[in-house]
Amino acid sequence: MPQLFPQKSNTIARASIVCAALAVVGAGWTFDAVYWSPYTTWVGVPRQQPVPFSHKHHVQDLGIDCRYCHTSVETSHYAGMPPTQTCMNCHSQLWTQAALLEPVRQSLATGKSIQWNRVNDLPDFVYFDHSIHVNKGIGCTTCHGQVNEMPLTWKQHTLYMKWCLQCHRAPENEIRPRDEVFNMNWKKPADQKQLGAELVAKYHVQLSHLENCSVCHH
Amino acid sequence: MPNQSHKMDEIRARLAATPMQWRGLEEAAGTAEYAERLHREFFPGSSEWADDVSRRHFVKIMGASFALAGLGACTKQPVEKIVPYVKQPPELTPGKPLYYATAMPMDGYGMGVIATSNEGRPTKIEGNPDHPASLGATNVFMQAGILDLYDPDRAQAILYGGEPSDWASFLSALNAAMAAQKSSQGAHLRILTGAVTSPTLFSQIQALLAICPAAKWAQWQPVTRDNIREGAKMAFGQVVEPQYHFDKADIIVALDSDFLFANPGSIRWAREFADRRRIHARGPATMNRLYVAEPSPTMTGAMADHRLPISAGEIAGLAQALAGGNTQDGSAWLRAAAAELKQHAGKSLVIAGESQPAAVHALAHQINAALGNIGTTVTFTASPEPWPLDQLASLRDLVAEMNSGAVEVLVIMGGNPVYDAPADLDFSEAMEKVPLRIHLALAENETSRQCHWLIPAAHYLESWGDVRAFDGTVSLIQPLIEPLYGGHTDLELIEAMVHQPSRLPYDIVRWYWGAQNLYPDFEKSWRKALSDGVLPGTALPAVQPKLVSAPIQTPSAAAGPELILRADPSVWDGSYNNNAWLQELARPFNKLTWDNAALISPRLAEREKLNNGDMVELKLHGKTLRAAVWILPGQAENSVTLHLGYGRGTTGRVGIGTGFNAYALRTSGALWFASGLELTKTGESYSFSATQTHHNIEGRDIVRDGTLAQYNANPQFIDAQAEPRPPRDETLYHPNEFKYTGYKWAMSVDLNTCIGCNACTIACQAENNIPVVGKYQVAHGRDMQWIRVDSYYAGDLDAPQMNHQPVPCMHCENAPCELVCPVGATVTDDEGLNLQIYNRCIGTRYCSNNCPYKVRRFNFLEFNAGMTPVQKMVKNPSVTVRSRGVMEKCTYCTQRINAARIPAEEEDRRIRDGEIVTACQAACPTGAIVFGDLNTTGSHVSKLKSLPLDYWMLGELNTRPRTSYLAKLRNPNPEMGT
Repeated sequence: MPQLFPQKSNTIARASIVCAALAVVGAGWTFDAVYWSPYTTWVGVPRQQPVPFSHKHHVQDLGIDCRYCHTSVETSHYAGMPPTQTCMNCHSQLWTQAALLEPVRQSLATGKSIQWNRVNDLPDFVYFDHSIHVNKGIGCTTCHGQVNEMPLTWKQHTLYMKWCLQCHRAPENEIRPRDEVFNMNWKKPADQKQLGAELVAKYHVQLSHLENCSVCHH
Repeated sequence: MPNQSHKMDEIRARLAATPMQWRGLEEAAGTAEYAERLHREFFPGSSEWADDVSRRHFVKIMGASFALAGLGACTKQPVEKIVPYVKQPPELTPGKPLYYATAMPMDGYGMGVIATSNEGRPTKIEGNPDHPASLGATNVFMQAGILDLYDPDRAQAILYGGEPSDWASFLSALNAAMAAQKSSQGAHLRILTGAVTSPTLFSQIQALLAICPAAKWAQWQPVTRDNIREGAKMAFGQVVEPQYHFDKADIIVALDSDFLFANPGSIRWAREFADRRRIHARGPATMNRLYVAEPSPTMTGAMADHRLPISAGEIAGLAQALAGGNTQDGSAWLRAAAAELKQHAGKSLVIAGESQPAAVHALAHQINAALGNIGTTVTFTASPEPWPLDQLASLRDLVAEMNSGAVEVLVIMGGNPVYDAPADLDFSEAMEKVPLRIHLALAENETSRQCHWLIPAAHYLESWGDVRAFDGTVSLIQPLIEPLYGGHTDLELIEAMVHQPSRLPYDIVRWYWGAQNLYPDFEKSWRKALSDGVLPGTALPAVQPKLVSAPIQTPSAAAGPELILRADPSVWDGSYNNNAWLQELARPFNKLTWDNAALISPRLAEREKLNNGDMVELKLHGKTLRAAVWILPGQAENSVTLHLGYGRGTTGRVGIGTGFNAYALRTSGALWFASGLELTKTGESYSFSATQTHHNIEGRDIVRDGTLAQYNANPQFIDAQAEPRPPRDETLYHPNEFKYTGYKWAMSVDLNTCIGCNACTIACQAENNIPVVGKYQVAHGRDMQWIRVDSYYAGDLDAPQMNHQPVPCMHCENAPCELVCPVGATVTDDEGLNLQIYNRCIGTRYCSNNCPYKVRRFNFLEFNAGMTPVQKMVKNPSVTVRSRGVMEKCTYCTQRINAARIPAEEEDRRIRDGEIVTACQAACPTGAIVFGDLNTTGSHVSKLKSLPLDYWMLGELNTRPRTSYLAKLRNPNPEMGT
């Protein structure tokens, strides 16, 4: 019986096995790369806003405290977004004719809210609470990064559950003294591990509870 | 479910041979179908897609879903908007709910509530602890009333002749009509309302009657309190309101009275009644004793120590015998009740139901007077209604005047007389003769269809107003939200008739109370009243009416089948007909959803060869109605009960096509019951959706019960009813995975005080965003409520004892559900909560299969799909809305635990006992549900769990449930036997 396949078929067969394996690995790698890339996670991508509000200018240059605008960050799960009135506290006096601020003036005049694009967005089945983090010594920059250096705000971390759990499993790595929570320039000391462990004990952080699903999901 | 035919004799023999607790006739009969259903993983039809799908169609939709599944994974998280306020209200902390005290009017009487507002949306109702009719608890109507606010079928625009119009056009039409009426002193103007207790509305109507002195005010509501008022008038010669004090009564005799559920004071009465039955301490216990005579099982009847199923027509005879003292020839029930009333003179109480004729009420007052109960267990006040009318007479007069052409303008405020007025009056035809008909209504209904003007009414959560409770206490009604559809209140409508430009509703109410000069500093008192929900010192003072010593004639009872008409425990008189939460709520005892039924006794079923779902023709006084029957153990032999509120002609998309219109048989001579009913089997059958045998548990001793005497002789006696609790480490898995050193959450449910009112089920539905699935899905066993109230019967088929058992998740420490989940979507946390993680769940349903308590609910379909933006507003923002393919169940309101935990941890303290109140616990009128931490010394729940009556359901499985029960005790008269 004559050979049905020529000699080179063996090579093609072997090569295709290798190629298929490579394709699978490559697809996996591509998926992973896309999944963790800023394209998906939005990490480091400045979000366009109806008013190009600069945290850098207001926080770094002018020294306005976070809580001047995000008023409920210490008392509520929601940090609070400033009502138009808060902007106009200053901007009724300063830059009153600036074209950039036209949407703000329009909002006050018409009573229609400014619609900001959300930068840090969690899925709807996650119940994050700002007040407990702030009160237990987790600083703004721990999650939001150096907001004081962001002209247009971007997301600093993925906010994926894996990222949350790093800290929920070892809060001593991130915890800081309560009076440093709003300090944009606080840096971890060399002995963070030890200091952190002390603070965890001092602030009665319930380590056993932090990994329970019901802490965030209900 | 196929209609099975039951052989009652066989059931009786079986029940006599083996004492058992049973949930329905199938179980009592022990049918093969029942056994098969019991052993199946899911209710038949719930896991299968029974709808016809052709192979071609299947391939088509599957192809589409595969493609979508691939694409779905590639979508990025969409950009969401943040929409801050322009000017933020100063009282608001973003993300934190606000609470407002207000009051829900029900049939004219106020129920105090605390309404939760999330960023301006009312989302949840709780009772107001400061309000006398609530004491912090709620009933099903208060819980579900919030759904009516967001009902997409509400009237959304002023209609004139069915065409959209506006308030200004209405005012000009009204002004023209009023100008004509004023010139004739209002001789042709008629107003029709329900019962009115609102002092402000009454003063408005008085102002109207002052300028139109010849105008008349008629009142009608189907659940009328005429008999109560006329009974008091017969006994005392004046209109007085009886106020009952169940906390002071050792012996209670209820004559066809569902005082635990169906009255404006019922929530308070249930609390007072339960307080005398609660066994919350060790040592010898005492309990009150309840005798109930009634034709159809009610919540009150189920709590009775001695219940006498008797036709409604025979109740008058009982009352006459009790009053006359000639009880020797009567039944054992009558003799015992009479003897005990006498023994406990001054501490006993006889109460008649609103459906019994005035004479029975008068007799009850006479008995109470003779026993010296007046002043202790019964007191009297003036009526909370400033103008109490004989409603039926006033409606009859109105119809006569309309027929004679004497009425030119008819203003109907609320209500739905075309649907619910007595059939013999033919209100609909009479109304057609009125040249101008105006209807203020929450939703378009039968009456508004026939009116020239439909004015959308504001929901009570959108209104300013006031209302009195059963004891006269005034509550201010304050709005939480602007009227969604520009609704108007009754105050505004009368105001517009009296003077224009009209004042705003807020000003009307405030001006009225300011003019009363009740308080030295009005502004302060007004603010306090708005904050507390009650105006202090407005309860009506007690009066001492003198008994009129005229002999009271009672009608004699006729033999043969009688028809009983009652308000439905869910849709009431039809006002809640379009409320999906209430429609899907399983009624007590028969567990029917989405329908009413002609409830018949097993003996009548046997005699007429009827089975559940058989259609019959009911004929009474020349009126006929076709309805399907349901066999109800405990029903009086010849009584056929129909609940009102169904078979509506014009209602919303929820209520349309449900049930049978009992009003077709309701005539002015027989509002509540009548003998001479003819019942003919038609041969057709009807398909009901009853949850009676859903979520069945196979096992013994689910409900443990006994008597007070047994308990006092041996407090541990219920332990003998089951196997002992196995030792903790008798398991193959890790018995000590958790030490539970922090909090240890647990719940205790007191079966002794549970009245089976279903308030917990609706409260849970509202709190936890539980979807409604509809009649068809309920029939397939896909109902979703997290806490169900099971009804169990015990003993005689014709006069059984009835027990209720609320069943939420047991939160087992050794949870069978967790071991079988392949993805760890259900796990125990270190505080003992059995968590369900929606975002992990892949829908294998193994957990539900392995749950011995059948408390897990699966989203077989996308039950939350297709909601309008307004419908979504009712959702609790603290609870995830689940989608298709996800298992869910009771979480012990873990969102409420977190809401208490966060402030506690911020203040570096433990959560205090009583700080977390679950939704079911908050709603419970009798305080039968207690939640808390077992590790907090002296916590309420830990005390209850140490009591000898505490037991675990199916404890022999070593699931170590955190939810446990306190066994049910009855207090039968030892002289009557059990």
